Amino acid sequence: MKRKNTSRPDILFPIIGALAFLIVLSFLFTLIINLFIDGLEKIKDPSFYVSFPSRFPDQAGILSGWVGTLLVMAGAIFWSLLIGIPAGIYLEEYATKRGIIGKIETIIELNINNLAAVPAIIYGLLALGIFVYRFKFGESILTAGLTLSILMLPVIVVNTREAIRRIPRDIREGAYAVGATKWDTVRDHILPYSLGGILTGLIIAASRAIGETAPLITIGALTFIAFLPPSPFTSDFPFISVDKIWEVFMSPFTVLPIQIFNWVSRPQAAFQVNAAAAGFILLILTVLMNAIAYYFRQKVRRKYIW
Amino acid sequence: MVIGSMIESIKNFFSFTAERVSEMGNAIQKPEGEIKLEVKDLNFYYGEFRALKNINLKIPTKKITALIGPSGCGKTTLLRCFNRMHDLYPGSRYEGDIIFHPEGINIANPKIDVLDLRRRIGMVFQRPNPFPKSIFENVAYGLRVNGVRDKKLIQEKVEWALRASALWDEVKDRLNANAYSLSGGQQQRLCIARAIAIEPDVLLFDEPTSALDPISTSKIEELIMKLKDRLTIIIVTHNMQQAARVSDWTGFMYLGELIEFANTQKIFTVPSQKLTEDYITGRFG
Repeated sequence: MKRKNTSRPDILFPIIGALAFLIVLSFLFTLIINLFIDGLEKIKDPSFYVSFPSRFPDQAGILSGWVGTLLVMAGAIFWSLLIGIPAGIYLEEYATKRGIIGKIETIIELNINNLAAVPAIIYGLLALGIFVYRFKFGESILTAGLTLSILMLPVIVVNTREAIRRIPRDIREGAYAVGATKWDTVRDHILPYSLGGILTGLIIAASRAIGETAPLITIGALTFIAFLPPSPFTSDFPFISVDKIWEVFMSPFTVLPIQIFNWVSRPQAAFQVNAAAAGFILLILTVLMNAIAYYFRQKVRRKYIW
Repeated sequence: MVIGSMIESIKNFFSFTAERVSEMGNAIQKPEGEIKLEVKDLNFYYGEFRALKNINLKIPTKKITALIGPSGCGKTTLLRCFNRMHDLYPGSRYEGDIIFHPEGINIANPKIDVLDLRRRIGMVFQRPNPFPKSIFENVAYGLRVNGVRDKKLIQEKVEWALRASALWDEVKDRLNANAYSLSGGQQQRLCIARAIAIEPDVLLFDEPTSALDPISTSKIEELIMKLKDRLTIIIVTHNMQQAARVSDWTGFMYLGELIEFANTQKIFTVPSQKLTEDYITGRFG
């Protein structure tokens, strides 16, 4: 019996796959193009980027929105890396999984993935209780950064662990065999070689966090902010003031998604244009952030290939 | 009940014969001259599994000792006992002593300074495992983690180690190139340079040529024989010709036991044990 080189599924499956892929992509492109066309009037207007929100749609801008988003994201990335990387390293390199501590480690391990699935609003409530009421950080940029960092943390931890697990066992043993301590090995090998994977986790986590609205509204982000946080830079040495930095952390804020939400819920048609333009900018910011992280990741990855 | 006791008595019978074999006087010979490492009644466990059974062995100073045997016989396990590499993974346990002469440090004692031990007993692995750093940094790494800060001294030692591992002429113009740009054989010699840069007393080789081509293999073998002047070498190998070519003493292991330990020439010509003879003549393995 003669068999054909290609069976029917061999032809059908790629077609179905390509179609599914095209459908998803076309949704995304329609959305982006739609936002771009609807918001074009505002996107090309430079004053849109340097104006505060206003009652008058033609004067309203996204200055407080994008500044807020950048500051909050900077905080969120900082905190989530600060806690997430050591947590991942601990679970992979130090956890002994024995005795009572081992039981706790196992419980933490099993629940890290669950944490990633907790609805964002729950994290908002948690942050409201802890950061706003208990620690009295107020409805500030600091609180918002911490809140989003909790949201990002599980993804960072999981990706850090996977990146560490990809490092061959031989490399660790090579380091230990010349008398390196555990800390030497982590500092000189584990951390630098896993950086690419950690950055991948950061991309995924930050992309999700940048668009979050619910937890920030829960902790009391304002929808109307007509001022910026104070500049921490001063005219005399050392040109940066610690008190002012603290003030930046503690100032109230808004972020782009909240601004968009606010404009969309207005009755005037002109505000819809603002919303579309702001939505487009948010997308651009996300893409930009991903591009930067991607660039660094490729740079690191090229160095460490096994 | 009856079956249980039968199995028990069969087990007893076998462990009895196993003990008899290792008690046979002429099977385990004592090398003449200075002894570097002395293994006494060593049992090693991975969790519940007893991977090494009553090993008794004396490793001569500045000689090459080969450990041969079929896969799973425990030769690599025994090798990794000497620099306590098993400590990296949970569930390992030692019973008995491994005495490191002349100081008489007991390697099997969990309380000894493992970092210092690993500095004095280096290791070269089965697959070349250079760090994804520059050639220079690979060799300098052992010096750095052992607290050498003097840049000039590091440079001298790196050059010395690369010369001693017959790699200097090939890499002297590109010390800053990534170690992964080297060929497999060069990488393995780099790993040897990394190990000897900190001037250990003993160097452990775990099947160092099993991932290499014949030309690289012969280069590594030459190198190992040259290193004998300076340090004590233990080499685990699958390749019996290799053991015959490079080693002075050979231990044959089977199922976690040291069946025979003797002068290499003797073991390959007139082995005292039937099992050894069967293995080296290729009847199993």
